[in-house]
Amino acid sequence: MAAISREEVAHLARLSRLAVTEEELDTFAGQLDVILQSVAQVGEVAAADIPPTSHSVPLTNVLREDVVTPCLTPQEALSGAPDAEEQRFRVPRILDEDVAS
Amino acid sequence: MSDLTKLTAAEIAGLVATGETSAVEVTQAHLDRIAAVDERVHAFLHVDTEGALAAARSVDERLAAGDDLGPLAGVPVAVKDVLTTKGVPTTVGSKILEGWRPPYDSTVVQRLREAGTVMLGKTNMDEFAMGSSTEYSAYGPTRNPWDLDRIPGGSGGGSAAALAAYEAPLSIGSDTGGSIRQPGAVTGTVGAKPTYGGTSRYGLVAFSSSLDTPGPCARNVLDAALLHQVIGGHDPRDSTSIPAPVPDVVGAAKLGATGDLTGVKLGVVTEFTGEGAEPGVMAAFRESVEALAKLGAEIVEISCPHFKYALPAYYLIAPSECSSNLARFDGVRFGLRVGDDGNRSLEEVMSLTREAGFGPEVKRRIMIGTYALSSGYYDAYYGQAQKVRTLITRDFTAAFERVDALISPTTPFVAFPIGSRTADPYQMYLADLFTIPTNLYGGPAISVPCGLSEGLPVGFQIMAPTMADDRMYRVAAALESAVGTFTPPAL
Repeated sequence: MAAISREEVAHLARLSRLAVTEEELDTFAGQLDVILQSVAQVGEVAAADIPPTSHSVPLTNVLREDVVTPCLTPQEALSGAPDAEEQRFRVPRILDEDVAS
Repeated sequence: MSDLTKLTAAEIAGLVATGETSAVEVTQAHLDRIAAVDERVHAFLHVDTEGALAAARSVDERLAAGDDLGPLAGVPVAVKDVLTTKGVPTTVGSKILEGWRPPYDSTVVQRLREAGTVMLGKTNMDEFAMGSSTEYSAYGPTRNPWDLDRIPGGSGGGSAAALAAYEAPLSIGSDTGGSIRQPGAVTGTVGAKPTYGGTSRYGLVAFSSSLDTPGPCARNVLDAALLHQVIGGHDPRDSTSIPAPVPDVVGAAKLGATGDLTGVKLGVVTEFTGEGAEPGVMAAFRESVEALAKLGAEIVEISCPHFKYALPAYYLIAPSECSSNLARFDGVRFGLRVGDDGNRSLEEVMSLTREAGFGPEVKRRIMIGTYALSSGYYDAYYGQAQKVRTLITRDFTAAFERVDALISPTTPFVAFPIGSRTADPYQMYLADLFTIPTNLYGGPAISVPCGLSEGLPVGFQIMAPTMADDRMYRVAAALESAVGTFTPPAL
């Protein structure tokens, strides 16, 4: 049985902000199915009472002294931006036309 | 003067320190070598000729003025394109960052500069460090100097191939699931993954933040240790950086080179020495184990029952973290922007940008991670993988109560032909079978060349407890003293 359908891959692509092509959907559906069926092996392990590990370093609340240190200038921070204006990142419109108007 | 590109890093530093050669002369020799062979090898994405020569002149001036720059002053180094370099292109092997010149240096690169090493350029890699062959680079594959029709490993194939092709005596890699060690193994070079948190991730373009570890690559164990010492240690800019000094890896490498392992107990991982590895790889591994026993090491078999679940757990955890980390590539702050015609919405532009900028493996992993983290699947996939991570860590902890280090082959197979595994992504994942457990645990591991199988290099892996990086260098140097180093055919 397939672990994932073509429609589910299309949904994942939308969630992932990937404007995938129809051809890619066909390829990815088969490949993701193989991968997901393989990694599903983790389910064989009896681990109901095992705590999860998210990180190997047991450091928490790492803080520094509250002092000002040098940082990037606005010009440096914006130097790689595709579009900038008035020391800000310029983005395409966020709201729909009818909502914005 | 003998060919400067054939020397070890330690030898080069010695000649520069005594004035028998200069940093400029050494740098020029390596730039010439790159010009002569890199068209065929393609280890580099960017060669910073002017920057390297300027840095070399500065090192020569500082040394002439009496500055003590440490044990690697004047030695050229190649840096994987995953680390930011101020003003020097950093692409991570992806079209989405093509042309980006970061406004800051990563901590590793900053420390390399402070130590008087000379950065030659940026090396090729699988896009966003996702891959085991460097075939997923958006800029074309790197080729293995041992056989130009074969892969150099990945994701850090460029850094490993640059060493084997004598284009650089040292290089930097990053290891999330084996991306330093597996390229080391298949190119006959040394690659070390430090303890997680032992080297700074500041300025390392994030793939899987709980696993990513920058580390040293070299043609011999002592050189790797010298480089490890330079780049390692606490960094306040990385909140997961361990606030402790670097273990004495250089001292350990020198101790190991004496060839005495009396009192050292090594555990052969049972799960990694049965089926799954090529016969030629196993033969070279078994011979090396015998060599270590002759040097005085006590060898036992150790079963780590959960290691067989490391690969599936990793291919849930790493894609999950990647799907979150790579959300930052949205066409707003840096890199590519596609489809911004004044009419399309931010979300449409974002989707078109990511579609155009990411290659297939990156897209697959983003979608796998998105799936594993989505409600309804979280517990069965990501949550369960995190529990398996705990059990793998317990296997390591239990093993290190009985032995000083664990040993296995680094990778199940020698360098495979270019194009032979790209059609089936899961077949590619199997290259990391033996390297992944260490990343989930967080400890250090090193790959050192141990022999040849059908004329191609085989890597030997040594895994040590967290913050006992020195231990793996001792064993690796001892093995090197017994089996020697391996030189590819002339290019």
